[in-house]
This record gives sequence, structure tokens and C-alpha cells, in this order.
Amino acid sequence: MRLKLVPNETSIDFFSRSKLWLGISAVLIVVALVSFFLQGLNYGIDFRGGTTIRTESAEPVDVGAYRDALQDLELGDIVISEVFDPSFGPDENVAMVRIAAQDEVEAVSQDTIAAVEAALQEVAPDIQFTSVSSVGPKVSGELIQTAVIAVLLAIGAVLVYIWLRFEWQFAVGAVVALVHDVALTIGIFSELQIRFDLAIIAALLTIVGYSLNDTVVVFDRVRENLIKYKKRPLREVLNISINETLSRTLMTSVTTLIALLTLLVLGGDVIRGFVFAMTWGVIVGTYSSIFVASAILHRLGVKRDWSKPDNTQGNQFANVDA
Amino acid sequence: MLQIDLWKRILIWAVVAAGLIFAAPNLFYGRVEAHNDAVTAIEREGSTQELEAQAAGWPSFLPSGLVNLGLDLRGGAHLLAEVRVEDVYGARLEALWPSVRDALRPLRDEIGTIRLQDSPPDELRIAISDTSGQGAALQAVRDLAEPVSSTTALAQGGAQNIDVSAADGILTVTLSDAERAATNERTLRQALEIIRRRIDEVGTREPTIQRQGADRILIQVPGIGSAQELKDIIGTTAQLTFQPVVSRSGDPEADPGVGEEVLPALDEENVFYTLERSPVVTGEQLVDAQPSFDQNGQPAVNFRFNTQGARAFGDYTAANIGSPFAIVLDDEVISAPVIQSHIPGGSGIITGDFTIEESTNLAVLLRAGALPAGLDFLEERTIGPELGADSIAAGQLATMVAFALVLVFMVASYGLFGVFANVALILNIALLFGLLSLIGATLTLPGIAGIVLTVGMAVDANVLVFERIREELKTAKGPARAIERGYEKALSAIVDANITTIITAIILFAMGSGPVRGFAITLGFGICTSVFTAVFVTRLLIVTWFERRRPKTVTV
Repeated sequence: MRLKLVPNETSIDFFSRSKLWLGISAVLIVVALVSFFLQGLNYGIDFRGGTTIRTESAEPVDVGAYRDALQDLELGDIVISEVFDPSFGPDENVAMVRIAAQDEVEAVSQDTIAAVEAALQEVAPDIQFTSVSSVGPKVSGELIQTAVIAVLLAIGAVLVYIWLRFEWQFAVGAVVALVHDVALTIGIFSELQIRFDLAIIAALLTIVGYSLNDTVVVFDRVRENLIKYKKRPLREVLNISINETLSRTLMTSVTTLIALLTLLVLGGDVIRGFVFAMTWGVIVGTYSSIFVASAILHRLGVKRDWSKPDNTQGNQFANVDA
Repeated sequence: MLQIDLWKRILIWAVVAAGLIFAAPNLFYGRVEAHNDAVTAIEREGSTQELEAQAAGWPSFLPSGLVNLGLDLRGGAHLLAEVRVEDVYGARLEALWPSVRDALRPLRDEIGTIRLQDSPPDELRIAISDTSGQGAALQAVRDLAEPVSSTTALAQGGAQNIDVSAADGILTVTLSDAERAATNERTLRQALEIIRRRIDEVGTREPTIQRQGADRILIQVPGIGSAQELKDIIGTTAQLTFQPVVSRSGDPEADPGVGEEVLPALDEENVFYTLERSPVVTGEQLVDAQPSFDQNGQPAVNFRFNTQGARAFGDYTAANIGSPFAIVLDDEVISAPVIQSHIPGGSGIITGDFTIEESTNLAVLLRAGALPAGLDFLEERTIGPELGADSIAAGQLATMVAFALVLVFMVASYGLFGVFANVALILNIALLFGLLSLIGATLTLPGIAGIVLTVGMAVDANVLVFERIREELKTAKGPARAIERGYEKALSAIVDANITTIITAIILFAMGSGPVRGFAITLGFGICTSVFTAVFVTRLLIVTWFERRRPKTVTV
């Protein structure tokens, strides 16, 4: 007996509640944007400059005592958070201390780090500093810029590729789905105030790639079925295509999620934020390739006769597969 | 139907075999690493029995390329330094002053007295008392300009190295833009070279020293204790000069004459020296420096000048017996001994209140040469080796478990075809590691995440094909036809889906740095190997199985 995620034959109507799904997505995007503009992102030092020190000690972390010890140093904004991970033993108590940038060029002087380390050693004599990172404000500003450019470039490149391979309506559908995924991912990072650093940008770009992967497979089938069922209405063709590829869409999402969830649980706390972003992205990406990308395509309409030029609907591009 | 040419089969298996062979060293990471280190050591320092034994730990006919572990996995220090290229402009202009003076002297009748004015460091200002000779003076100084010697400047049609202007009896000399660009370039190359030499002197394994952009240098040294240690090695400029002493006082605010400067003493508090700015000899003219001890058994540094330096040093000491002479390191006077006699031969000793460690470090720094300009550290990261080891352990465990779960899931979903996909998946990971080892790529923690993601996504191409075969089985005539059409029809979706992911991987690689780049590499190569294994290897497995069994029906 085979494990089947979906029955052999499905004929679910994905567009019967299409307004509702698009509405939910729109509301979620608005929530994400509001959260982003109101409370912003919890930027890591990659983007705001400053220093993080990772500490490890055998005794439990006393955040209050740490804070009191550092208060006298007058370093401005200090954030201390305890880190938990199932792989830590009972004598592994880890905390992250974040200090704001102190200078215009370099993040923090070596004397400051030494002073912080000495102060923490007073509280927990066996404390160890397993990693120390400083990023100066000069670099962090550039990193933000590069990150934004990277995400925009990725979306732009994809838009062009799909435009060339399919039709502009497909490209618009795919890109709306991508923006949807990226916005919701940034939104959840803002809502939950999870640390947003350079690795999350890498995750965002991977989400772009993954979500697209899903969308393209559906679109590929739509194109094929548009030729096969010349007379059927677009909505029906889209439904057939999504149903036919549903099994594959879910299979791939499930195997990817199996891998990501394993990494989320067992991969250690250092990359947890990164893996969380990707896990979330895969879920959102799978949803959006069905309920957003195809719904947009449905609304925009599409050229039906692929065998001869048609001047009535939008731009025409050569079908490169022909 | 379902034909694959023999040469194609051989080629596919050959690629797979090559991948396995190149990936193999990573299974014996410690042993191969010891072998590689021993081989390098034997090349460099000659053979010892111990090294030979280590080198024999891995057969030399097998490939010994390994996937490099990134700093986040191995522990070490990372620095991003910006070179203060403007530092050099001042020195370049100062060096011009003697020739400007010599060029103006013959014109004294026209221009009156010539005086060097105080000025910002990137300008040289000369006052002449008779403004009517300004034009002649301007011309004389302009004649000193030389074409900039760099390839870019040549392309721009031979720009001059200095700009000279005059107003109200003051001549202002600045470096031209082309000269600045050429100077920056030189400064950066020099800084790179000196940082490399200093790190090599300390002898750590596989440091990365890279130029980034116009004026930045990225330094990554695995295994070093902290970024501070690394900064101590490379951050010190170690500018050594020997300058004539004008006077000595306890006043830091002492007013230096034009062309003079006030510097503090290194060991004595509240002692300041007024020195002539232009040095007699500099550290650049040193050929050797060794830690040693002075007559009293105190740690000291012995040094030797090159011929040119030795002559200048000899001439100066001969002419100035009885006057003090300052040895200056990084704008601090180490000592200012009185010249007792003419010192020919060009060697000497620097004494000070050194510990043995300090004298050893100073000798290393002097030997490696002075940094041409100061460094600002824009970014610094230290990762402890324990954290790196924890990350590797976590990454390994996660990869194994994810792998096992995906394998089970595939067999549960596709039965025998799932087994084929799993063989391809295992080969895919082997190929990926083989490829990474072959090009000596660096594996980072996000890179491991990339591999895990590849494990999840690699089955995608197979899934696309299998799902298509299932569909074709409903309509096509016979299993062979269904398999063939399944591959044929799924190909377009496979290509489209993977090209889009490759696009994002390329953008990540181009824009990212460090760990993110490591992720982009594993993701990009992972896609290549997974498409190869899904399209070629799985298909070959299925076809081979089909030829042997000739089943009447196939269930996917």
C-alpha cells in the first residue's frame, strides 16, 4: 500500500472561494506592512551595527545580574537574552549580549569588549565567550543596501525569465506571489520580533527561488493544458492543471518540510532564525503558488490560441518552447 | 523505446564514480587533513619521520581535496579592514618639499624668500615674499610634475601627478586625482602584501586575505584565538624611522617649528621630543631584524640596513657626533641615544623597556615591513572552536535524520521507484561533496542548511517525473511508453523550476559574503547535481531495471 498525500484523481475547485483567499492574503500583507512600519524589525548587528557576545557558563544565566553588571559601563542600549536549545546539556547555559555601536566607523573598541567581559566574569566566574562579533555602522549601512538590492534583483530577474518563457500574465502572477511570500515572511519576523540578520536575507532569496519553483511547475502545466483543451474556459483549465500537479506540489513541499523541520529541531540555535524563515517560506510559498499566482492569472486572463498571433490581448511574445 | 546508448551509460557511471572518488576524502576528514598538512610541511621544511608517517596515513594516489570548513564551523577570527589611503598623501607631499625648494632657489631674485607654511596634510603650501614672481614660481613647480605611472592613468592620456595653484603669494601643491588613484592602488597592494607576510610569519593554516572593493581587505584566519590577537599582528603599522632631535622637553604643547614635530617618549612619562620631520632613514631600508639582548642582558632588537640605508646612516652619524638621534616607532620615540661615533656598516640595536615577547614581535613586524597606512576595522568576528564543533555536530545530526526521513518517505510513496530515487539522492550528496572538494569550496553553517534543503528539494525532479509517469500510465500504451513520456514531458517543468532557483543562487553568490556565499554555493551546486542525478542517473537505473525484468505492468 502506497502512502498517498492526495487521492489519485482530484477535482477540487480552487477558484470557488478565490475572492476569500485573495482577501485573506491581502489582509495578511496589510498586517505585515503595518507591523513592519509600526514596530519595525529586530535588526541584528549586521544591519544596525554593534557587538554581540555569546556567553556560555555552567551556572544558569541570570539576565538581571548580567544587566546590572553592565549597567555601570554606560554603553547605551544593551540587550541580553538567554538562548535555549534542546541540544544543550544542563551545564550549558548560553546567553547573547548585544551592545549598540559606540563609534562612527568601528563598532566598539577592544577596551569596551574587555570591560564587558570582565564585568560578566564578576557575575559568573566560569563564563566563556564562545563568539564575539562587531560590525561598524559604516558596513551595516552598506549591508542593508546590498540586501535590498539583492532581493529586488532576484525578483526582477525572475520576472524577466518567466516573461520570456511564458507570457506577461504568468510573470505578473508569479511576481505577485513572490512579493506576497517575501512580505509575509518579513511580517512574521516583525510580528514575533525575531532577530533579522544577513542570513535571513539569504533565506528570503531561497524562498523566492522555492516559491517560484512551485509556481513554475503549475504554470508549465497550465501552458500545456491551454493547448490541449482549447475550448474549455480558463478557470476550468487552471483547475485541471492545479489538480494534476497537486500531488507533486504537496510531495515536494512535504519532503522539503521534513528536511527543514529536522534542521529546525536539531540544527542548533545558531541557524534557527534562518531555518525558521525558510520553513515559513515553504509553507507560504506552497499556498501562494496555488491560491495567489493562479488566481492572479485567472483574473488577468491569458491568450488562448497559442498557434497563431493574437492582437486582442496584451503583448505577444514568442513561445520559446515552440 | 527506452533506449540509452552504451556510451551514455558509461559516461553517466563515470561521472558518478568520479564524484564518489572526489567525495571520499571527506569521510576520513581528520586523516586526510593530517596527510595534507604533512605533505605541505615536508615540502617547506624537509622531511621528518613523524611527518612521513602522517603523510602515509592517506594513499597519495587518491585525491586529497577536502571541503574547507568555514570559520563558523572551525572557529577563528574574521576582520574587515579599511585602509586609510589618505594617510599616504601627506608623506608623498612631504617628500616633494626638498625638490620644490631646490627648484625655487634659483628664482630667489624674482620671488624673494621661500617658506613652508602649515597646511592640511593633503596639501603643501609654500609662501613666497615677492608676489610679482608668482608666475615664474608656479611654472617652476609645475615643471616638477611627472606623468602618473599606472595603467589607468596611461589610458587617460598621461595625467600629471601634481596639481599646482597659486594665490596671494602662496603656492599650493596637491596630488592630482589620477595620482591619488594610483597611490591608493599602490597603498592597498602594499598593505595586502604586508598583512599576508605578517600572518605567514605567525604560521597559521589557510588564512584568507582578500581585497574587497577599492580600499578594504578581508582577513579570515581559522584557529586563531580571537580577533584581537589577529589585530595585534596586522593592525600595528610598525613605521620605524630615525629622525634628528631638535630638543627635548616636558611640554606636549611645545610649539614645533615648520618641518618639525613633537612626539612623546615611549617609556618615560611627560617627556616629549621635538624632531625634524623628514627622517634620515626609515624601516623600509631595513633588510633584517632579529630579537636579541643588549650588553645588560635586556631584550632588544638587532637590525641591519640595506646599502642605501647604511650609507645614509653612516654619513649622518659621521656628521653629527655628539647630537641625539631619535628612534621612532609609530609616532613614539623608543629611545634617543647620543651618537657616540661614526657608525659604518649599517647595523644597530634598538633597546627599550621590552619584554622578550615584545622584542620578538617587534622584530617580526620590522622584518615584514611597515604598513603603508593605518587600518580601521569595520567588522570583526571571533568564533570559538567549541561553538564551531557544536555547529558541525548539530549540522551532521540534522542532515542524517533529514536524509533518513526523506528516504523512508520516498519509499513509502513510490515503492521501488522511491528506492531508485533514493539511490540517486545518495549519489547526489556524494556528487555535491565531490564537486565542493574539487573546487576547494568552503562549507559554512548556512551551507549545511543548503545541503539539507537540497536533500529536501532534490527529490523534486524525481517527483515530477514519477507523478508524470503515473499520469501517463493511465493513458499510454504499456509501461515502457509511459516511462518514456513521463521523462519527456516532465523535462520542461524540471528545467524551468531549477533555472529560477539557480538565478537566485547566483544573485546570492554575487551579493553575499562569507556564510551566505557558502549557502549560495551549496544551493547552486546542489541543484546542478540533483538535476543530473534525477534526469540521468534515476532514468538509467529505471531503464536498466526495466530491461532485465520486462514487467508487463508498472506501479509507481
